[in-house]
Amino acid sequence: MNIDIVIPLLAATVQSGTPILYATLGEILTERSGTLNLGVEGMMIVGALGAFLTAMFTGSPTLAVLVGGLSASLLGSLHGLVCFHFMGNQVVSGLALTILGTGLANYLGTPFVGRSAPGFDPLRVPILENIPILGPILFRQDILVYASLLTAIGVWFLLTKTRWGLHIRAVGEHPEAARTTGLNVPLLRWSALVLGTFLAGVGGAYLSLAYTHLWTNNLTAGRGWIAVALVIFAFWRPGRAVFGAYLFGGVMAWQFRLQATGTTLPSSLLMMLPYALTVIALVMASRGRGVREAPAALGVNVEPAD
Amino acid sequence: MTTFRVKRRQAPLTWGACLVLVGGVVLALGASGALLALQGKSPAQGLVLLLTGAFGSVWALEDCVIKAIPIFLCSLGVAVTFRLQIWNIGAEGQFALGAVGATWAALTFPDLHPALLLPIMFSAAALAGGFWGFVPGVLRAGLGVNEIIVTLMFNYLGILLMEALVYGPWKDPASFGMPMTPLFSNGATVSAISEGTAIHWGVVVCLIVGAALSIVFRFTRLGFVLQACGENVKAARYARFPYRRLIVLVMAVGGVLAGWAGLMEASATVGRLQPSIMAGYGYTAIIVAWLARLSPFRIALASFLLAGLRVGVENLQLELQVPAAFGGIVEGMILIFVLAAGFFSTYSLSLIRRP
Repeated sequence: MNIDIVIPLLAATVQSGTPILYATLGEILTERSGTLNLGVEGMMIVGALGAFLTAMFTGSPTLAVLVGGLSASLLGSLHGLVCFHFMGNQVVSGLALTILGTGLANYLGTPFVGRSAPGFDPLRVPILENIPILGPILFRQDILVYASLLTAIGVWFLLTKTRWGLHIRAVGEHPEAARTTGLNVPLLRWSALVLGTFLAGVGGAYLSLAYTHLWTNNLTAGRGWIAVALVIFAFWRPGRAVFGAYLFGGVMAWQFRLQATGTTLPSSLLMMLPYALTVIALVMASRGRGVREAPAALGVNVEPAD
Repeated sequence: MTTFRVKRRQAPLTWGACLVLVGGVVLALGASGALLALQGKSPAQGLVLLLTGAFGSVWALEDCVIKAIPIFLCSLGVAVTFRLQIWNIGAEGQFALGAVGATWAALTFPDLHPALLLPIMFSAAALAGGFWGFVPGVLRAGLGVNEIIVTLMFNYLGILLMEALVYGPWKDPASFGMPMTPLFSNGATVSAISEGTAIHWGVVVCLIVGAALSIVFRFTRLGFVLQACGENVKAARYARFPYRRLIVLVMAVGGVLAGWAGLMEASATVGRLQPSIMAGYGYTAIIVAWLARLSPFRIALASFLLAGLRVGVENLQLELQVPAAFGGIVEGMILIFVLAAGFFSTYSLSLIRRP
C-alpha cells in the first residue's frame, strides 16, 4: 500500500473514531458509578439532532455542541429518575430510552432531512501539522477531535486522581458500603450519569456537525451500541477506549473507502464489518480479563433507606 | 417539613398492579399528546384518530391481527429468554434470517405442492432464525460474552445479510432494479384462512405455539427449571440445573419463533422478500414481553394492543401528517412510564412530617 493512501485513511480513521470515543468515555464514567446505561444509542442521536438544529438556527457550532450534550443529558436524566428513584430495571430502562430517543430524533428531525448546518472544519495546529506522517493524521483535524483526546485524559484523571472519582468507583463497586461511610449514592450516580450522557450527546453532535454536516434519519447507525461494547473491550479504562474507538473508526473508514473504489463485494457485506468486529472484540475481551473488570455493582439499584 | 417515606411492601400489589399498568399507559399517551400539541396539532383529535384508526373498523381490526402475528411470535421468543434473565434483544435479526431461510426454500422449490413446500419453508426459517439465536447463546453460555450487545450486533448483521441477498443474487430481474425477490409461488404462500379476509393461517400457528409454550411453562419440569434459574441463578447452580445448556436452548428457541415471524411477513403479508418487511417488530416485541410480564396469554393481548398502536399511527400519518416515528415515541414512553410505575406495586409511599 502506498503512503499517499494510508495517511488519508488514518486521518479518516481518527475522524470516524471520534464520535465513538466520546460516547465510550461517557459510558465508562456512567458505568464506573454502577449505572448500566443501554440508552447510549438514543442519547447520541438526540444529541446529534439537538446540535444540528441549534447550529442551523443560531449558526454557532460551539453553542450547538453544548445543546447537543445537554439534550442527551436530559434524556439521560429520565434513566436516572426511573432507575435511581423508581427502582426500575436498568436494562429495560436503557432499551426504552434507545427506542424513545431514536423515535424522538426521527420524529422531530423528519422535516430537516437533507438540510445542512454550519459545523466544524479542520483546524490546523501550527508547527505540529508539519511533523511527517503524524502531522497530517492528527493535527489537521477539527477542534472536537483534539477535545476528544483531552476528554480521554480528563476522564482518566477524574476517575483515578480525584476524590470524586474515588467516590464514584466506590459507589460502583459497593454502594451499600459507600452509603454507610456517608457518601450520597444517588447524588454521585446522578453526577456520573449527567456527565456521561453529556459526552454521548457530544459524540452525536460530532456526527451531525463535523462528520456529515447534514441531517439524515438514523444517523448514528448503531455507533452507540458499539460504544457500549467498547466499554467492555476497554476494561472500563479511558486509555484503552481511545485505542478501541480508533480501531473501529479504522474499520468504518476502510469500509467506506473500499465501497468507493467499487469492489465487486456487495456494499451490504462491507457494511457488516464494524458490527462483526464488535462481536469479535467482545469475544476477545471475554477471553482476557474483560468481564471480571466490570464494576461489581453494575446494573444494581440501591434500595431506598428507611 | 413534609417528606415522603418509602417502604417496601410486605407483599407486592395484586389488583393494584393492573391499575399501575393502566396508569403508566395513560401517562405515556398523555405525554405523547403533549408532544403533538407542541407541534401545533390537537392532542384530543390525535387520540381519537389513533383509537378509531386502530380499532374503529373491521378492516382496521383485521390489520391489527395481521400485525399482531409477527409481534406475538417475536415476543414469545424474547420472553422465553427473559424468563432465564437472558436479555435476547435479537428478535429483529432472527426475524430477518427466518425470512431469508423461508425465501431460500420458496425460490429453490417453487413448484412443490404447499403441503410439501410449506413444511420445508418452516424448517428452513427455523434453522436460519434459530442459528441466529444459537450463536449468541453459545457465546454467552461458553465464554460469558454479553448477550445484549451480541444479539444487537446480530440484528445489524442479519438485516445486512438479507439486503445483500435481495440486492444481489435474489433480485427479481423483472423488478426494474428494485430490491425485491420475485413473487412467491402459490405453493410458497401462507394463505388467508377464508375468502374475503386478509387474516392468514399464521394466526393458527400463533395459537398452537402460544398454547404449547403455556403448557411447557406451567406443567413441565423444563418450565419449572426455567422459572427457578430465572429467579435465582446461584440456587439453580447448586441444584445442578444445566444452566448453560438452558441458555443455548432458550436462545435457539427464541430465534426459531422470531424466524417464523419473518416467514409470515415474507410469505403471507408481502408475498416476497424485500427490505421493507423489517418494520421493527423485533424491538416492539421486547416492549410487549416486558409489559406482559412474560406470560403467553398476556403477550397475545399486549401484541394486539401494540399492533393497534401501529395501525393507529398509520392513521395519524394519513390524517395529521405525523411522521411514522411517532409510534416509536409512544412505545418508548409506555415502557418508561410502566417501568417507573412498577415502583408503586413494590413500594409504598407515605407522607411524614419531619420537625
